Amino acid sequence: MIEVIGLRKEYPGCPAVGDVSFTVPAGGIVGLLGPNGAGKSTILKILSGYMPGTHGTVRVAGFDVFHQSAEVRKRIGYMPENNPLHLDMRVKDYLTFRARLKGMGAREIRDRVAAVLDQCDLIGVDRRVIGQLSKGYRQRVGLADALVAKPELILLDEPTIGLDPNQIRSVRELILSLGCNYTVLLSTHILSEVEITCSHVIILNQGKVLASGTKQNLLDGLGGGKEIHVELAAPESALREILATIEGLEHFDLKPVGEGYLGCVLKVRPGFDLRPVLFEMARERGWVLRELTQVRQTLEDAFVRVIRDHSQDQS
Amino acid sequence: MQAYLVLVRRELGAYFVSITGYLLVSMVLFLVGLSFVDILGKLNVEPTDAPITEQFFVTVYFWMILLLTAPVMTMRTFAFERSAGTYEALMTSPVNDWQVVLAKFTGSQLVYLIAWLPLAFYLVVVSQFSNDASILNIRTLASTFGGLLLIGSVFISMGCLASALARSQVIAAVVTYGLGLGLFLLSLRSLMETPAEGWTGDLLQYVSMTEHMEAFARGAMDTRPMVLYASLTVFFLFLTTRIVEFRRWK
Repeated sequence: MIEVIGLRKEYPGCPAVGDVSFTVPAGGIVGLLGPNGAGKSTILKILSGYMPGTHGTVRVAGFDVFHQSAEVRKRIGYMPENNPLHLDMRVKDYLTFRARLKGMGAREIRDRVAAVLDQCDLIGVDRRVIGQLSKGYRQRVGLADALVAKPELILLDEPTIGLDPNQIRSVRELILSLGCNYTVLLSTHILSEVEITCSHVIILNQGKVLASGTKQNLLDGLGGGKEIHVELAAPESALREILATIEGLEHFDLKPVGEGYLGCVLKVRPGFDLRPVLFEMARERGWVLRELTQVRQTLEDAFVRVIRDHSQDQS
Repeated sequence: MQAYLVLVRRELGAYFVSITGYLLVSMVLFLVGLSFVDILGKLNVEPTDAPITEQFFVTVYFWMILLLTAPVMTMRTFAFERSAGTYEALMTSPVNDWQVVLAKFTGSQLVYLIAWLPLAFYLVVVSQFSNDASILNIRTLASTFGGLLLIGSVFISMGCLASALARSQVIAAVVTYGLGLGLFLLSLRSLMETPAEGWTGDLLQYVSMTEHMEAFARGAMDTRPMVLYASLTVFFLFLTTRIVEFRRWK
């Protein structure tokens, strides 16, 4: 659905995106994840045909966004950052206006506006003036606008920014429901949002793609795996000897945690579950085991690690 | 075509949903009213054979209206949309740049014409109370409104250009006012007691809006000013479209 090859965007005296390449297949929700200033919004603006890149090729649904901008704009639903809306219009009138602008016919408009009002839970407020709505409802109006023309690709730039926790949850649920019927590219710096909603993730920093793939691939590829935290009463040298022989154990750290116990943090290779092995080891030797916890690496761990490594490389 | 009509409708809606449209119409009504009182006062003192429309266009109020309405009407066309962020949503919709420019121009032009409509009513009132039927005829009325439309088009297209260039609405309004005032002062130059000699004099006379408007108000439909104003309007709209394209693809 999206093909970005060697994209660069330079603002006067400031490179915003530097040689970015990635592809997004049709269907599902893809997260464009990165800290503030990573170039996420710039990429979305380029994809939507709002501005061109300085170098590189960008295709949406097979059309070049520069040379075939009109074709691209027919096929996208874009919700820009801060969700700009005509605050003086009523919700239904606004959606009808946007649908007409997108070239839809009268009957189709009636059906689609009714459908998106229902889908975005706006039925009760459809006659209200947008300027009088809460931020959460305005975000829903922005989403309904992006959806109304049944686009092939939906671009959402920070759709939950500035919302309270309840509003965030309901907007996320709405985005999640879109994944079945549309291709969604979601730009955000909120990790939990990507974790909940996205099947694929592209991590950006300082205008460069640092990693991309499915969430699990990303964790595995970044050495994600799992960690096991163990606390047991055992002689340190004997424990070190045994741990060194366990298959699937990538790395371990030991340190005394008081009362004669040793705290172990074990980094396990992907595909291994060492909890039964560790339990058997302690039982056979009569070591008292008081904690055995498996901690999954989260996307947040992977993200922080990737950004940190990239920053260290830069410096 | 659908996108153009939808955008024109939206422009009209934006004027009349907000207070801007009503303020504009009120301002024009007030100034036209003042000029009406002024003309009636003069006619009471000194009767004249000149058409009533010509009487109106020699008052200062007409030029005040023209110089003030265009900046207020057009300042919001692009500058406001950009500051509100809705410009991004508009320009990522499947519409052509020229459709956007033309729709914003048409919207402003229609509001401008709506604001001038009461003038026709005043003229009819004056003609009703006059014994001379020739004081106002359809040809004079048509050429007067034709002149208003043509000169207004130039001012509005200039305003659209200023709004497309400026980031702030206030700057857009000031630039439009400055350009309009420049054209107006250029027109006054040709009315000076010692007009310029040679080609500069001819040029000044050719671009003199005050003379053209007086001729239109007399019922004289000269094609030269028509071509001039139509060309200037197309030129400013062309520049506006180029600015919009430049902003999109820079």
